[in-house]
Amino acid sequence: MIIDPITFFVVAVCLVFFALFSMVRIGLGPTAGDRVVGLDTLNTLVVSAMIVLGAAFDQVIFVDVAIIYALLSFVGTLYIARYLERGL
Amino acid sequence: MRILLYVLFGIGVLFNGLGALALLRFPDVYTRLHGATKCTTFGSIFTAAAVIAYGFVRGGAEYQTLAIHAIIALLALLITNPTGSHAIARASYRSGIKPVGAVVDKLEDPS
Repeated sequence: MIIDPITFFVVAVCLVFFALFSMVRIGLGPTAGDRVVGLDTLNTLVVSAMIVLGAAFDQVIFVDVAIIYALLSFVGTLYIARYLERGL
Repeated sequence: MRILLYVLFGIGVLFNGLGALALLRFPDVYTRLHGATKCTTFGSIFTAAAVIAYGFVRGGAEYQTLAIHAIIALLALLITNPTGSHAIARASYRSGIKPVGAVVDKLEDPS
């Protein structure tokens, strides 16, 4: 064992805790732009937490899910930005 | 090798935390975008780099697959994150949100 496996879980719990901060910003944000920024940060943190959890559980499928999640959240962010810019 | 992994994880968690803190503390959309996007991208590079180093050092076909898929996920994150934040900044400017404390708007159309 190169590294204690509890390290991966500690890192993943820290990332999920930071994701809670961005959920606070999604709830409080005075404008729609603030909420989109919080959503973008939440997506990035969830993707990196999924990569770390894939190493923690020795499951490659978690990292595959992280790839697809990153691409789909990018498409979602672009559509919300287009909606803010000129309406549907 | 163990020290390298701990340092990579430490830098990654530190910068992700600074990004989340920036999201709570900064006053308007543009400064929040500046702090959160750059810090979380940098921190995600380091946590993914720790997983990649773990996969290659651990060896074996399964762990090398883990490392290569983590490289692909990191590339997807690196391409999509700045593009998305650029789109958010442009959309929030065009939808009429001004920066806090701005007195002159040099991007405004003169017409």
